[in-house]
Amino acid sequence: MSGGGRSAASAAALALLILSGGCAGPQEPRKVDLRFWGMGREGEVVQEMMPEFEAANPGIRVRVQQIPWSAAHEKLLTAFVGRSTPDVAQLGNTWLAEFAALGALERLDARIAASAEVDSSVYFPGIWETNRIERGIYGIPWYVDTRLLFYRQDILRKAGYDSIPGSWKEWRAAMEAVRAVVGAGRYAIFLPTNDPTEIEIFGLQAGSSLLKDGGTRGAFTEPAFRRGFDFFLGLFRDGLAPPASNTQIANVYQEFARGYFSMYITGPWNLGEFKRRLPEELQGSWATSPLPGPDGSQSGVSLAGGSSLVIFEASKEKDAAWRLLEYLSRPEQQMRFYRLTGDLPARREAWRDSAFAGDPRILAFGAQLDRVVPSPKIPEWEEIRKRVQDRAEQAVHGALTPDSALTLLQDQVDTILEKRRWLIERKRAKDGP
Amino acid sequence: MSRGGVETWQTRAAWAFLAPALSLIGIFFFLPVIAGLLLSLTDFDIYGIASLDSVRFIGLRNYLRLLTSDAFWGAMRNTLYFVLVGGPLSLAASLGAALLLNARVVRFRTFFRTIYFAPVVTTLVAVAVVWRYLFHVRYGLLNHALALVGIGPIDWLGDPHWAMPAIILMAVWKNFGYNMLIFLAGLQSIPEELHEAAALDGAGAWQRFRHVTLPGLRPTFLFVSVITMIGYFQLFAEPYVMTQGGPLRSTTSLVLLMYEEGFRWWRLGMASAIAFILLLILLLGTLAQFRLQRSRE
Repeated sequence: MSGGGRSAASAAALALLILSGGCAGPQEPRKVDLRFWGMGREGEVVQEMMPEFEAANPGIRVRVQQIPWSAAHEKLLTAFVGRSTPDVAQLGNTWLAEFAALGALERLDARIAASAEVDSSVYFPGIWETNRIERGIYGIPWYVDTRLLFYRQDILRKAGYDSIPGSWKEWRAAMEAVRAVVGAGRYAIFLPTNDPTEIEIFGLQAGSSLLKDGGTRGAFTEPAFRRGFDFFLGLFRDGLAPPASNTQIANVYQEFARGYFSMYITGPWNLGEFKRRLPEELQGSWATSPLPGPDGSQSGVSLAGGSSLVIFEASKEKDAAWRLLEYLSRPEQQMRFYRLTGDLPARREAWRDSAFAGDPRILAFGAQLDRVVPSPKIPEWEEIRKRVQDRAEQAVHGALTPDSALTLLQDQVDTILEKRRWLIERKRAKDGP
Repeated sequence: MSRGGVETWQTRAAWAFLAPALSLIGIFFFLPVIAGLLLSLTDFDIYGIASLDSVRFIGLRNYLRLLTSDAFWGAMRNTLYFVLVGGPLSLAASLGAALLLNARVVRFRTFFRTIYFAPVVTTLVAVAVVWRYLFHVRYGLLNHALALVGIGPIDWLGDPHWAMPAIILMAVWKNFGYNMLIFLAGLQSIPEELHEAAALDGAGAWQRFRHVTLPGLRPTFLFVSVITMIGYFQLFAEPYVMTQGGPLRSTTSLVLLMYEEGFRWWRLGMASAIAFILLLILLLGTLAQFRLQRSRE
């Protein structure tokens, strides 16, 4: 194993160091304590992977601290303010922009260029992109997720479809056929009105960049976003989707099993949940499919999600921290992590593993991951998403026309981004002509 | 020692004795309030956390922006709705329960008192989970009961018109036990002789309630209504857990809005401005209630 060779090499280096130290006598090898913050389940299981790393790197000890997802964001922020950030952490890749803007993260470009283990070309391109903030790389993808379509194969078959068609038009036709089969009081698809993700996805699929002018203005009144928004609203207007939020559907799995809806756009965490929670007799009749797009499946993009590994700028042990990142990025560790958590690996070669080859439900994710794009990478995006959701909800319920919903949204977003415009303006003035 | 000397000495001693309490109040109350006020005049946000020179002093612009935003007025409307409907309802429920428990014909009083008080000490999150099922459109007990008397299903938490009534219903149920105990204590402090005297004079049950019980409860009423108003203005946990402020922001209260601004979007300047507006409303509300009570006396 390479671990043995590495420790032998470092022992030799140590011996050399002692010899060159002359008469100073035997020196203790310097002990490095690395602090690693992992979130939720990942933070729990990653501890099992540490003994092997520590054996290969004597002198480095990793202290893993597990942080619940619900408290993670606040805790990281308070740690930053209190100057007690860890050396390494797992960071949801939609959070990277915010922490990079704070100046909390170490830029990794030079280390990546010098590394034999980490190479951008082995990752899904859309996922790798989420780690690029302005011109620098601030994280290494650890595991990935994205959303695609979970559907009831049995109901689709009854409606005359063997699989989910590739274009929006055909997809809608399939939904109408499903509705005809399931009858009144049931729906084809569930798009929770308290989650803006679907609107983001439809907007991106229609070619909108969501924001424009370097992320300082909204692009919500432009035709591309309008097209995605209209497609979304049409599904409610024509009774293909129930105008309901997640909190109203008490149990999504039960409703999916009852056929209240036959399609649901969600992520890989639900692969396990569907297996666990759907009744036995339905286990053979649900499937996953990459998302359709406005102009066929090639335009069926989805959002690049998942978590990255980052090194904090305040860390005093960045070399050791980088070694930990390299270790966790190796294909065999990525597969091991998948087996421990079910989190999908970020490196493409890990996907050639036999664990995936036989499972079409996971392979659909592999196909979708080749077509993912990041959401806008600015700290304000979380808030903008919420505004998108509010206005979309009003439009779904008919409280606003699509036109006025988008105009109001655009105004709100431009107000939110005022600070950002000011900061950029000031920076430009400072840097001089 | 001259008399004046004794007085200054006494004054000094008084200050010395007060000093610990005063400094605590100063450090933990006045200082944060002043800091909050200053914060509300800036645009302190996530960029401000990164570096203080990204913070601008913007005067009253936070307040102006609030007073011209539909999100703020929506939250204000929702909060007033909750206070004006939920508050009296809660007082009525508390008083009713207290009167029942105080009646001599009722048995197992301690048992009922405990039962009615139980929701107050139950964790809100656990309560909310159960109520979410009670409110469910298709499987909820509430709609089931309504169907029996021929009322169609109500989408309690999904319909913007019904979400706030649903929240009020749950909040009243959850909180009435606390005020009930205070009313009960108030009722027991009304001398029995007054009731007897009124009864001898030929007063019926309603007249005794109107002219003996209610006046006897006046101080209790003032306390309970001020406390309830202050508590109800700070509506937060119920919508946070049950509806996250939806649907259509119909259950977003002022405090929920403040929480979102401050701890979700990290716009702490704006959040402080909301806090000060809320403080002002509470002060005015309390003053008005004191006035009202005094004018009746």
